[in-house]
Amino acid sequence: MTTPSSRAALRLTVLSSAAFLLAACSGAGAASTANNGADPAAQTAQAPDEVTPGGTLSFAVGSDQGCVDPAQVGSNDTIYSVRHLVDSLTDQDPETGEIVPWLAESWEISDDASEFTFTLREGATFSDGAPVDAEAVQANFDRLTELGARATLARGYLAGYEGTEVVDEHTVTVSFEAPNAQFLQATSTHTLGLLSPESAARSDDERCASVIGSGPFVLEDYTPNSSITLTQRADYAWGSSLWQHEGAAYLDRLEFSVVPESGVRLGAVQSGEVDVIGNIAAQDELALAGTDVQLLPRSNPGIPFGLYLNHDTPVLSDPAVREAISLAINREEITGAVYPSFALPATSSLSSTTPLYADQSPLLGHDPAAAEQVLQEAGFTQGADGIYERDGERAAFEILWFNNAATNAPTLELIQQQLATVGIEVTLSEGQVADWGTRIAEGDFEANWGNLTRADADILRTSYSSEGANSYRLPASELDQVLAAQAAAADPAERADLAAQAQEGVLAGHHTVPVVELTTVLAAGPTVYGVAYDASSRVQLFDAWIGQ
Amino acid sequence: MARYIAVRLALAVGVLWAAYTVSFVILYLVPGDPVAAMASGGQEGTPVSAAELAAMRAEYGFDDPLLVQYGSRLWSALQGDFGASIQTGQSVTAAIASALPNTAQLAGSAFVLAVVLGVGLALVATFTQVRWLKQFLLGLPPVGVSLPTFWVGLVLVQWFSFQLGWLPALGEHGWRSLVLPAITLAIPIGAILAQVTASCLQEALDEPYIVTARATGITRRAIHLQHALRNAALPVLTVAGLVVGGLLAGSVVVETVFSRAGVGRLTVTSVGFQDLPVVQGIVVFAAAIFVIANLVVDLLLPLADPRVTVGKARA
Repeated sequence: MTTPSSRAALRLTVLSSAAFLLAACSGAGAASTANNGADPAAQTAQAPDEVTPGGTLSFAVGSDQGCVDPAQVGSNDTIYSVRHLVDSLTDQDPETGEIVPWLAESWEISDDASEFTFTLREGATFSDGAPVDAEAVQANFDRLTELGARATLARGYLAGYEGTEVVDEHTVTVSFEAPNAQFLQATSTHTLGLLSPESAARSDDERCASVIGSGPFVLEDYTPNSSITLTQRADYAWGSSLWQHEGAAYLDRLEFSVVPESGVRLGAVQSGEVDVIGNIAAQDELALAGTDVQLLPRSNPGIPFGLYLNHDTPVLSDPAVREAISLAINREEITGAVYPSFALPATSSLSSTTPLYADQSPLLGHDPAAAEQVLQEAGFTQGADGIYERDGERAAFEILWFNNAATNAPTLELIQQQLATVGIEVTLSEGQVADWGTRIAEGDFEANWGNLTRADADILRTSYSSEGANSYRLPASELDQVLAAQAAAADPAERADLAAQAQEGVLAGHHTVPVVELTTVLAAGPTVYGVAYDASSRVQLFDAWIGQ
Repeated sequence: MARYIAVRLALAVGVLWAAYTVSFVILYLVPGDPVAAMASGGQEGTPVSAAELAAMRAEYGFDDPLLVQYGSRLWSALQGDFGASIQTGQSVTAAIASALPNTAQLAGSAFVLAVVLGVGLALVATFTQVRWLKQFLLGLPPVGVSLPTFWVGLVLVQWFSFQLGWLPALGEHGWRSLVLPAITLAIPIGAILAQVTASCLQEALDEPYIVTARATGITRRAIHLQHALRNAALPVLTVAGLVVGGLLAGSVVVETVFSRAGVGRLTVTSVGFQDLPVVQGIVVFAAAIFVIANLVVDLLLPLADPRVTVGKARA
């Protein structure tokens, strides 16, 4: 098994522009730029020797979710800012996927992964003066399970939550009704970031307007649809063990402004009106080529973009058809034609930056001839129009997709062509983004194009186990046991092995057809240093600073 | 007069009710709902089970029969309560009120600019005796009307912000960040005003009373400004009332291009999110502005032209 660190784009400290552009020019090979960025120390060495602290970093994002409560925010554009308001119990090393101390100095997990005992560090306070203690942790977790529809991420992380017990001032035990190995990684996410007890007790809507955390920045101003401004907390001294320096953040202020027009974002970072921008698409990469703007790519962990197949559909319930679909898709061609040069074709049912990722590329080969052979062996014969059929049933299905990424339409048109060459007919049906939840939950689709970001292998269980929400209507199988076992495995080596089996199992049964990994790309001005990605491919600005 | 205003206000209420009802029907015909959108967490969340979705819908009252929802929401709206935004939890009136100053600044300065430029252009174009200049000026409004606002905005930003660095491209930081958006929004509206004013002026200048005035020896300038313009003002005023709606519609595009947090942007995000209470609040608000603007124009008309009377029986 390949370790995640050898493949993944990990802690991405900003490269100096010269070194970066050199890499960016190497075209498709640039995908490895990100992945070679192994040693953060080596990269920062290329920046000026002296860090210049202070100043304001302006960051333009494309949208505003209308809420600043980390527990109720799911959109990257808003996570970028609210992540800096709160600290988490743990942090996750983006290179190794290892969970490391942050607010919790250490932790113990019961053998069945249903009880987690955290020992908190001393001295940390929320910005309203309240101490970060066991009672605060209890208040947060108790409240998270009561949050409404905006907090579906938190509810997933805390599924089966039984309660939190205050052992002493700095020790808490969180218990679950059933094994819940993913909870440890969940404590490193922004979603489970801690709020002051007073802030945690407020209503969902009040928390959306303003929150108080213990993070390196505090919320100065939030104007919906316009800006989120954070100011540095001078007495901050309890940063994550992953960060490059101790004490307070380098920057005095972070100004996140909402700039919906991508052309305006690009112009603004080129002219220096803003320092960093998000949502860089393939065509933007071209526009920035030859400028001194730095591009910062990282593959998102979780489930790559691909086809989720509804197993209740007559045609797709046949494993042979699913296998033929997978064999017919040319992942390299799609990635090269549609995605930014940094993007990687899928090589497993998890993307390469996910902890416990295991390379399954032999199961994801491209072989159109084999695809047709599989169909023929399953009793399909080619009809007059070139589409295979069996007993009058055509090898045809509909892909439901949503226009939430500019790459979706061209990708699916390419997939449509690739499947047509092996005699499988695809129709594309565009749905409304707001409609997504209902149609998936109610099984009102044949195949769905999508992805999921999560830096823990348990995302496989929540997506593909027939025992959960089972949105894709998988039949009960041995896969369920493997998925349940990885969720219950407290031993890291054992869990890694089970996670690899799960990745293989999902692909061997052709329950899903992963195609390409989602790549987050940020662009930063030439004198911005120290911008890093966390394990979930979200930006971390604690070590960031602006040079002269 | 008082009776006239009362009738107009009664009609206005009818217009507002119709706007509310039509927007309600349209929003509920669109598939999906805000609860599902919220639970999807921007497609990043794990799929929620159908039962959980249903429970959340019940929480927001979206599972009631449509007529019941319509009735209860309309009843609250009548009392000035449009409910709270589903996306943010902020009350709808507060959300609109906080976005309003930005839009008022933008729309107000664009309107002034449009009137000054539009009427000014029409005056010069009809006054000048230089043939090519007249034709050039009269050729401008059709161009102004046909330029897409979105494109004009992007070109202005590219040129004046990114190339020359004279004005900021984003946000609301004082008058400097208002210049480009106001110009962008003023162009199509000023062009309409210029077209109407020029043609009305030309028509007025061809009237026999102008010949009479000229015969008395009044200067061309005085005839133009005092006689012709005054008569041409009536249709211009009426059109000015109508373009107020154009200002609101234009702000949707202009606020997006210039990253301004106004009512236009609020409209875009709320529609995208199917945030029904906010969208309905905005629709009613926009209808109210439109109704008021046109009422004001109708009341101003008699002041501009004593021949116009309001409220008299038309037997």
